[in-house]
Amino acid sequence: MTTADTDPTAVPGVVEPEMGEELLSVTNLTKHFPIRRGLLQRQVGAVQAVDGLDFTVKKGETFSLVGESGCGKTTTGRLLTRLLEPTDGKIIFEGRDISHLGDGKMRPLRRDVQMIFQDPYGSLNPRHTVGKIVGAPFRLQNVKTEGGTKKAVQELLELVGLSPEHYNRYPHEFSGGQRQRIGIARTLALRPKLIVADEPVSALDVSIQAQVVNLLEDLQDEFDLTYVMIAHDLSVVRHVSDRVAVMYLGKIVEIADRVGLYETPMHPYTLALLSAVPIPDTKRRGKQERIRLQGDVPSPIDPPPACRFHTRCWKAQDICKTVEPPLLQLAPGHQAACHFPENQPGGEAPKKATAS
Amino acid sequence: MTEPNSFLEVRDLRTHFPTDDGLVKSVDGLSFSLDRGKTLGIVGESGSGKSVTSLSIMGLHKGGSARISGEVLLDGQDLVSSSAEEVRLLRGKRMAMIFQDPLSAMHPYYTVGHQIIEAYRVHNKVTKAVAKKHAIEMLDRVGIPQPDKRVDAYPHQFSGGMRQRAMIAMALSCDPDLLIADEPTTALDVTVQAQILDLIRDLQREFNSAVIIITHDLGVVAELADDIQVMYAGRAIEYGTAEDIFDRPQHPYTWGLLGSMPRIDRERTERLIPIKGTPPSLINVPSGCAFNPRCNYASLNEGASETERPELLDIGAGHKVACHLSPGQRQKIWETDIKPKL
Ligand SMILES: Nc1ncnc2c1ncn2[C@@H]1O[C@H](COP(=O)(O)OP(=O)(O)OP(=O)(O)O)[C@@H](O)[C@H]1O
Ligand SMILES: Nc1ncnc2c1ncn2[C@@H]1O[C@H](COP(=O)(O)OP(=O)(O)O)[C@@H](O)[C@H]1O
Ligand code: SF4
Ligand code: SF4
Ligand SMILES: [Mg+2]
Ligand SMILES: [Mg+2]
Repeated sequence: MTTADTDPTAVPGVVEPEMGEELLSVTNLTKHFPIRRGLLQRQVGAVQAVDGLDFTVKKGETFSLVGESGCGKTTTGRLLTRLLEPTDGKIIFEGRDISHLGDGKMRPLRRDVQMIFQDPYGSLNPRHTVGKIVGAPFRLQNVKTEGGTKKAVQELLELVGLSPEHYNRYPHEFSGGQRQRIGIARTLALRPKLIVADEPVSALDVSIQAQVVNLLEDLQDEFDLTYVMIAHDLSVVRHVSDRVAVMYLGKIVEIADRVGLYETPMHPYTLALLSAVPIPDTKRRGKQERIRLQGDVPSPIDPPPACRFHTRCWKAQDICKTVEPPLLQLAPGHQAACHFPENQPGGEAPKKATAS
Repeated sequence: MTEPNSFLEVRDLRTHFPTDDGLVKSVDGLSFSLDRGKTLGIVGESGSGKSVTSLSIMGLHKGGSARISGEVLLDGQDLVSSSAEEVRLLRGKRMAMIFQDPLSAMHPYYTVGHQIIEAYRVHNKVTKAVAKKHAIEMLDRVGIPQPDKRVDAYPHQFSGGMRQRAMIAMALSCDPDLLIADEPTTALDVTVQAQILDLIRDLQREFNSAVIIITHDLGVVAELADDIQVMYAGRAIEYGTAEDIFDRPQHPYTWGLLGSMPRIDRERTERLIPIKGTPPSLINVPSGCAFNPRCNYASLNEGASETERPELLDIGAGHKVACHLSPGQRQKIWETDIKPKL
């Protein structure tokens, strides 16, 4: 989602914010949900939903988190927006440690960091009008706008392709795509710097999904937004992302720029994931080489030791069961956590999971 | 309209629901045929009538408020004019269905094994012990680990993927001639989806059944279907082989679907090309071509798009299109406007 190098509208002499500057950085980010039992509610274990993530997000880019259901994507998003308190680790936003800021200190920050929620149906209060929903951030943050909140809200509605007349209508009067636009308008109210978008298009039909994807791209260009995009649809992710992190059972197993990840994936799980996606191309029918993973994802309550993927990995050796592979840079801008990675630079011809 | 002798022939099927808001024309004149050993993919956006089509074929709308007309010939027998009881006896043995949500097809209070055993014994006069052995074989066949133990588990004790597999085991336990899979993998992760699609393909080869796979995922149909029917507002707007639909699509709506679709297999530098607007309500379907308010080419027909409903016509070798554009116009638009941007 980056603009072309030569932006015809750029004003000479005005320095654009350099892409590549770090906006957000995360080290050892961890969230364990305690499991309590019995009368005394004693802790008997923990869901290791997110377990030691390290990554950075650069200003102006779209950084995506992908992985299968339950791998910890939404939890990560809620940690970044501080809707959840991390169990361990650090979140640095614009150079400031926000990992454990209390509600009062978080308040000004909520303007800068916003979240679009996974479910366009559940995340809008059905008893509130569109005007009230989209205007809520102004009220919550006590923001005065020129011409009043109503005018500001109507401008936002137009911005996301709705009509100002929708101001007094209720969410149930809108289609899924329109509701997602309402959610996006609310997110944009306070001109955030970072938007964490949790599956913003997953519930939408493909033709409407394309409308919303294009809208998100336009808004990013217009307002210099940085996106952390959470998604499980690997085709959408390829289209929208600059960089992608692949998660498995609460850990990041690979991070790379879009082309690196899709053309030369290094982690066996990434290969398996990419090869599983059906390709809409009749010439590839029956020719797609598919890595068949056995069984289901193990439980995050009791994840396998060392490499968490070893119970399903076809390359697993003894060391994979005893020594946890660290997330290492194996090529420029390309990190993977595996003892026996694929597609190493200087190795054999690249294995492209998505190519014929 | 359809060739005689096909195993399944659907002729001018209409399923309408009277409601307080008006008549919902969920399926409004659908015709197609399907042979054993073949897979038909039905694609379309939500609300286009895909599920109502499959439930109508299965006779699951009988007795309700639905008004069903037309013919559904299964091996020559018309299911629309048959009684609910007659159709019920065909379910399981002659035809079976897999749903998007396995919990809707399984009873929460009975074990998975019990449900497969009961389904099997409806059509096979065997003892419980023999049926149980068959149930274990089926669970094994669909890739459930330790089937002899898992047969006694309850549906909620299975993961989503295992439940889907158990439902497939149940649907296939009597070796049906026709299998309808309605969004069988929509709720599943891609790696599990790949396992289930492999399973459907393998079982079809083994049993030589006719399969209808309903989905909104164009990748799934490209991989599995021999023929594809694209639905819009309760009607088929294009029908053809998978190659017809993906390599030489002829209907503006099909172009719109392909233009909206991000690609996993290549860098796509162009923006996505969405279809403008939203699908119509099936109570108030636009007159003429139902797609006309969203179509970029509706103005090329001197008003025909707004007034006359285009019929699904054969444009050669079984490729059918319902659009007023002339073949020459369509060819030109496809070559110059659409294809280069996909
Ligand atoms: N409040 C909570 N208490 C206990 N466990 C939780 C809680 N929230 C999430 N989890 C667990 O943490 C793990 C990660 O959940 P998360 O919602 O982050 O997954 P996800 O990657 O977003 O999945 P999906 O693709 O299904 O949305 C799951 O095992 C989930 O059940
Ligand atoms: N029992 C019913 N009564 C009234 N309307 C129905 C009924 N079942 C389905 N419909 C309507 O029929 C249309 C097609 O639905 P469906 O076949 O489920 O769509 P899909 O293509 O998403 O499977 C929708 O507008 C739906 O609301
Ligand atoms: S570390 Fe071992 S088990 Fe883990 S992904 Fe690499 S090869 Fe597979
Ligand atoms: S009939 Fe008219 S409105 Fe319908 S698809 Fe063809 S050109 Fe478009
Ligand atoms: Mg989630
Ligand atoms: Mg449906």
